[in-house]
Amino acid sequence: MNPQEKFYWLMGGVAVLLAVASLVGWLLQRGAAHRGGSGVIDNLNARIRAWWVMVAVIAACFLLGKTATVVLFAIASGFALREFVTLTPTRPGDHLPLVVCFYILLPVQYWLISDGWYNLFAIFLPVYGFLLLPVLTAVSGDTELFLERVTKLQWGVMITVYCISYAPALLLVDVPGYSGQNLLLMIYLLLVVQISDVLQYVFGKLFGKRKIAPHVSPSKTVEGFIGGGLSAVGIGTALWWVTPFTPLQACGMAAVIVIAGFLGGLALSAVKRSLGAKDWGSMIEGHGGMLDRLDSVSFAAPVFFHLTRYFFEL
Amino acid sequence: MLSHLLALLVRILVGARGFWVGCQPAATLRIYYANHTSHLDTLALWSALPADLRAKTRPVAAKDYWSGGGIRGYIARRGFNALFIDRSSDKRDGDPLLPLAEALQRGESLIIFPEGTRRAQALPSPFKSGLFHLATQFPDAELVPVYLDNLYRSMPKGTFLPVPLTCSVRFGTPLQRHADETKDAFLERARQAIVDLA
Repeated sequence: MNPQEKFYWLMGGVAVLLAVASLVGWLLQRGAAHRGGSGVIDNLNARIRAWWVMVAVIAACFLLGKTATVVLFAIASGFALREFVTLTPTRPGDHLPLVVCFYILLPVQYWLISDGWYNLFAIFLPVYGFLLLPVLTAVSGDTELFLERVTKLQWGVMITVYCISYAPALLLVDVPGYSGQNLLLMIYLLLVVQISDVLQYVFGKLFGKRKIAPHVSPSKTVEGFIGGGLSAVGIGTALWWVTPFTPLQACGMAAVIVIAGFLGGLALSAVKRSLGAKDWGSMIEGHGGMLDRLDSVSFAAPVFFHLTRYFFEL
Repeated sequence: MLSHLLALLVRILVGARGFWVGCQPAATLRIYYANHTSHLDTLALWSALPADLRAKTRPVAAKDYWSGGGIRGYIARRGFNALFIDRSSDKRDGDPLLPLAEALQRGESLIIFPEGTRRAQALPSPFKSGLFHLATQFPDAELVPVYLDNLYRSMPKGTFLPVPLTCSVRFGTPLQRHADETKDAFLERARQAIVDLA
């Protein structure tokens, strides 16, 4: 199969999956309507509708190519950073570092991807962004809660810009015999992460009993994680033909993606709670905010990227 | 055209989502009054209104800041169709509220910031008396309290580039002046209505 055919098979599969989900959602809705409606089912249907839109956006980017994909992720990062900063208390003295984060650090990080400058991409935010932000805050002269304010901003930029940018950075990995297909590898990552999230949610709702971290994320259960995680690894393995991996390698990669994604969801839930919120935002109906959808991606993407680069690049 | 573009830009940049908590959008004669923390306030509140109401609602802007010849003046006049008010008491002649009263008589709603100037804080400071005089002269106008959230973080006093935070615009329950209410009691009650929305 050539990359184009792989893409159409993959998207066709996703479309069938979503069509089935929409049908199930519609049937559940009809059943629930007799009993006066259900919040869970309304939320489920809102989520499915949002999925159609998200899949359409990803597919459009694939067809438009590399630049469109990088721009899309830059915008998604921008929304995620906006959500993070909106929930984080800031003071007038943080204005300059905030402006720099949104209008300089974020665009430069994504420009480095489209430029293919991997070495600077990898250290730009963790080293130079890290050093620059406290300087800018200090210049503003407000030392009240200085360390807390700087740390929160650094944390937000690392998660929402640096970590998320690893997903489109998969375009930079040069796997022998796989050239020109890196966008498929990125879609593979997104697909496994998101299917894992969805299936963990579904298994949790159906069979969930034992909560993994009741104080952090009441919706995460042992049954949901095992059932959803294993199914997602199964799907990730079955999609080996999209990737440069053998079925066994794809299985291992999918397992890493699922575990990293789960841990990301957990850690970011804790951050969210400590900021006093249930959702990061409200821009994606049924899902919450952009960061509610990308929390697991932000952890899975760097790990997947480095494993692929380390083991499969010459 | 410019108005629509401007409203779109504001909405993309700072969200400016309107939440109608205490009333619904309506074409009745209204005076929207809000807390004032940022140059973006006027634009944010005005952008949060539905387009048809926007056309009949005039933000009241400080003459010394907004009425210049440059881009600010252009945006104020052509963009959001501002009504200018003279803040400097020594230079002005006559009643500074006159243009506002005339606009209300023509049936145009107003957006005003009764603190008179921008404050670097989440909750509003005590109000100046303009709102009281308008409420007395126009007892039929609905006074809609509006709380602007986060704009003081997006573009605080003294800065020029807005940080794209998600800002919200909350519209409260309209109030009117009671017949025998004193100026101070009325202004405090009006201020409290905004605090309650915060």
